[in-house]
Amino acid sequence: MTIEIGLVYDRIRWEEKQLLKAAQDREIKVKMVDSRKESVNLLSNYEEIRETFGDPVLQRCISYFRGLHLTAILESKGVRVVNSFDVSLKCGNKLFTTLTLSKAGVPVPETMAAFTMDGVFKALNDLGYPAVLKPVVGSWGRLMAILKDKETTQAIIELREKINNALLQIYYVQKWVDRPPRDIRVMVVGDEVVVASYRYSPVDDWRTNVARGGKSEVCPITPELEEVALKAAEAVGGGVLAVDCMESREKGLLVHEVNNTVEFRGLASTTNVDIAGKIIEYVAGVVKR
Amino acid sequence: MRWVKARCPECDGEIEVYDDVINGEIVTCPECGMDFEVVIEEKGEIKLVPAEVEGEDWGE
Repeated sequence: MTIEIGLVYDRIRWEEKQLLKAAQDREIKVKMVDSRKESVNLLSNYEEIRETFGDPVLQRCISYFRGLHLTAILESKGVRVVNSFDVSLKCGNKLFTTLTLSKAGVPVPETMAAFTMDGVFKALNDLGYPAVLKPVVGSWGRLMAILKDKETTQAIIELREKINNALLQIYYVQKWVDRPPRDIRVMVVGDEVVVASYRYSPVDDWRTNVARGGKSEVCPITPELEEVALKAAEAVGGGVLAVDCMESREKGLLVHEVNNTVEFRGLASTTNVDIAGKIIEYVAGVVKR
Repeated sequence: MRWVKARCPECDGEIEVYDDVINGEIVTCPECGMDFEVVIEEKGEIKLVPAEVEGEDWGE
């Protein structure tokens, strides 16, 4: 049976075009599925689901919850999805990611959780100022805040309390990591480190997200970096992942995030490695494993 | 590769779209900055509809 990869998306970014081209170059059939246009009968069987979505599926939804729920349906019907539901669940929530990595012995920044303003101040007694407050679910650095002192912390928590979103009442507070003004993104596909890049924050922002204008530069893959990245990827369940690390002056490499719907345009600008090709070959190979 | 010209539904500015554009791709009007999603209709005509606004769970 010839395989047909389902590329499930909700927005065609540069990455999706590269993935489609990589598949065409390899003469691998791809079914482009716009998740926004679909409705799925939860009682349908594997054949019906495969007819619409293909098998295996490369989940590329830009909306985290849309992708996660669709993956749950596809997997329960027997379709192999990259990344899996379990991986997406762990990577899509920073608190779950930190717990998973820490349990597996991957070095992570010192992090505390709290559920109220009082709890945040209690955490800050331990962590000290400045600290970083991150939403547990969220990307591109949205709503990340540096807690510089008691007054700004109070204002930020008050504002978050006013936002009618239950997830924003989970406070994930991280100790400020003394590091160079950059982080390292390592792309892992299966059990291979494909490429790594430094990400520098733009002049007018402290966050390094490429979506915020951060710039990528080549980063050598040292044995230490490779070991940490592979261990982190394995800890969350493996697949197509981007492991983000910080270089702590005190503790060495610390993993602060593992991304499960990787945007690799910044990475691609630093390398000749065919990232999209590696991903497509991995997904095509999933059916054989 | 050729360019196809389309009109911005917002400001009537001229938007150039590659002729190998994929359904669902996003183009930005160089004049007013609005983002549009490309919809390729049955006869191959290109239609531009306002792009979905960034959601709080968007991103990697």
